[in-house]
Amino acid sequence: MNSIQKNRLKDQAFKYWGICCTCMGLALLIIFIGDILIDGIQRIDWGFITSLPSRKPEKSGIYTALMGSIWILFFTTIIAFPIGVAAGIYLEEYGKKNKLAGILEINISNLAGVPSIIYGLLGLEVFVRIMNLGASVLAGSLTLSLLILPIVIVATRESIKAVPSSIKDASYALGASKWQTIWYQILPASSGGILTGVILALSRAVGETAPLIVVGALAYVPFAPESPMDEFSVLPIQIFNWISRPQHGFIENAAAAIIILLFITFMMNGIAVYFRNKWQSKWK
Amino acid sequence: MEISMEKPIDEVIVLDNIIDLSLKKTPKIAVSNVKVWYDDFQAIKGIDMEIKPNTVTAFIGPSGCGKSTFLRLFNRMNDYVDSFKMEGKIKIDSKNIYKKKINVEELRKEVGMVFQKPNPFPKSIFENVAYGLKIQGIKDKKFIKERVESSLKQVALWNEVKDNLNKSGLALSGGQQQRLCIARTLAVEPSIILMDEPTSALDPISTAKIEELIFELKKKYTIVIVTHNMQQASRISDYTAFFYLGALIEFDKTKTIFTNPSKEQTENYITGRFG
Amino acid sequence: MRKIKELVIEKSLLTSALITIAVTIGIILVLSIETFRFFSEVSIIDFFTDTQWTPLFTEKHFGILPLLSGTLLTSFIAIAFALPVGLSISIYLSEYAPKSFRKTIKPLLELLASVPTVVYGFFALVVVTPFLQGIFPNLSGFNSLSAGIVMGIMIIPYISSISEDALHAVPKELREAAFGMGATKLQTAFKVIVPAASSGIIVSIILAISRAIGETMIVAIAAGQQPRLTLDPTVPIETITAYIVQVSLGDVQHGSMEYRTIFAAGITLFVFTFLLNSLSYWIRKKYQEKYE
Repeated sequence: MNSIQKNRLKDQAFKYWGICCTCMGLALLIIFIGDILIDGIQRIDWGFITSLPSRKPEKSGIYTALMGSIWILFFTTIIAFPIGVAAGIYLEEYGKKNKLAGILEINISNLAGVPSIIYGLLGLEVFVRIMNLGASVLAGSLTLSLLILPIVIVATRESIKAVPSSIKDASYALGASKWQTIWYQILPASSGGILTGVILALSRAVGETAPLIVVGALAYVPFAPESPMDEFSVLPIQIFNWISRPQHGFIENAAAAIIILLFITFMMNGIAVYFRNKWQSKWK
Repeated sequence: MEISMEKPIDEVIVLDNIIDLSLKKTPKIAVSNVKVWYDDFQAIKGIDMEIKPNTVTAFIGPSGCGKSTFLRLFNRMNDYVDSFKMEGKIKIDSKNIYKKKINVEELRKEVGMVFQKPNPFPKSIFENVAYGLKIQGIKDKKFIKERVESSLKQVALWNEVKDNLNKSGLALSGGQQQRLCIARTLAVEPSIILMDEPTSALDPISTAKIEELIFELKKKYTIVIVTHNMQQASRISDYTAFFYLGALIEFDKTKTIFTNPSKEQTENYITGRFG
Repeated sequence: MRKIKELVIEKSLLTSALITIAVTIGIILVLSIETFRFFSEVSIIDFFTDTQWTPLFTEKHFGILPLLSGTLLTSFIAIAFALPVGLSISIYLSEYAPKSFRKTIKPLLELLASVPTVVYGFFALVVVTPFLQGIFPNLSGFNSLSAGIVMGIMIIPYISSISEDALHAVPKELREAAFGMGATKLQTAFKVIVPAASSGIIVSIILAISRAIGETMIVAIAAGQQPRLTLDPTVPIETITAYIVQVSLGDVQHGSMEYRTIFAAGITLFVFTFLLNSLSYWIRKKYQEKYE
């Protein structure tokens, strides 16, 4: 065998290795979802979604945890969305050249890499203790808002950057002020991208467990929250709680709850991708 | 001729020569000793110029000669360039537009601009034209409708789009888009229109339509146009300014520039020996 | 009037941006203040040299090493698994795969990163550990091996996606030059493209490591709650993050020693990830300058 043949053989070998690795990634995803479906799908019924948690696995449901997740999602959105978008606009349109902007950029990039559990420690000390909010929906939402803030800011900046500068020029040339240009032209033109980023950030928030455990969210709550000051549990914490129980029935419950959590996460991702594609086609 | 009977005799005499007549009026734009820097690079090296009302002035010169930078001084679009620095005076209607007190937004209503590539907003045709009025806070729907219609008629686009005013401006052809952009500028009723190579992205037929339009618009507006195309400059402009390396080499009646330029550089450029 | 409105808007946007600074300062302050109180009772030398971590027992030891070793062990297993797989995927997708395949596969792989970590924890405990026990019979029910492997699966898309972006951004001319000299795709990939995209690949690896070190739920569920200084992947261990979760699940009084230990553990974690993130930011900036 000469060296050219050898090289070609190696080339082919690597190609199949690459296919193997790629397929392995996908196969794992399928095994993973398949296994959970087998474990949990027969457990899902209307009663499972509407029942309160219980000592007996077959009577337990996810109602309080699901409601907790919805409350948390709602408050996280209304806190993180305006602040994140506003900060993104500032960085992209106002503070581009000054030194402060440089510091802000490094800072946000660093915050994006801080482990989520550290945000939990921050929330525990600042929101739960110092602001005396207790282990409430509000404290949890504030904590998660800070966690997803960098994601929202980065997404906002990227989307604004993608708006052609000719649009800005045209608006300014017609006598529009900076804010008018942002409000009437830049934000509508970048809304698809911003929305994509926000939904992706929220899908991350809905799956977060550790920071909420640290803040003090409960594994067992007998009632769904009725105000932002109420105690709460969320779907991932309910799942964690069931996983750590010895009885097999709870493993089944965990799998069933995971199916619902994955459904919510994947649906949010799907919506985000839909918005992204729709938005990208606008500029082509 | 009744009106001219009442006017001083010297104006009547020169009535057949519009260019000479306009020389008597005060300049619409007066530039004195303007210098521009981007960081350490000097882009404009001390230019004086007077532009008469209701004329078309063409800026020509090789790429990078500063003609676009110079044009953008008139509506202060260079303000957004980080490293931009300027010296000198530019007066529009005898008012220095670089004074601190000047409201840049007001200035831009007076001095409209059309860009190289058609850049309609990603909105409906109607909203594109109405945008300038909207940001001025005008809410009178009937007024806006009328203004949109008259602006579109001025650019001869009305008949083509009147049934599709809610269609996106991006759905129009390139030439139509550029006329839409001109209509959008006209809706604000400026007195000066700056055009930065408005036909360089268009096909010959659309270009001809825009040139025709410029000829029409001259009656109401003062037009300054940057162009790469020397035939275009000679066809549509009354005055031509030749720029080279940030300096104004020659500024004269278009006829003179193209038939009997006084500087050798101008002649070389016009005859295609460089650029 | 209008000027004032514009100014007010600008200032409120600035305030929103400044909140991010406040968050960083908040994190550093909170962690340091509680850690400072912690060190008023525990010697800093013990903290770094004691080989036992038993703050919840009667006989208390405060050596961070067992938690740190647990964290590093699981992260090492995760990277050892994810790095070859992730890099192979990125090279295959960027250099070999047809464009349409690449476009459908990438978002699917990225889906792996969007799965909530508690779900991975379930997978590690209920599927992977029993499976591995079939191969290694003495593997205990909680161990760093399966937690590490599952964490590796989770971070594959971090490595494959970011590296693929970097590989894809290498100018086509470089590839053509190599092909023109008779190189195979494999030779081109490893001798030309990978070196050219190296900073992007390094950034992806650093981010993956930082993600693995900070990962909580997988290790809290599947790796156990027994802090021990070991390199044995088959026995239960405890990571820094898992310890914080363990304490948080109990009823901890504010101001107690247990309360402070989670901040002391937290600051150790924060310092590690902060250094890694800063390094990746620095490499990214340097790389950008090179090409702009």
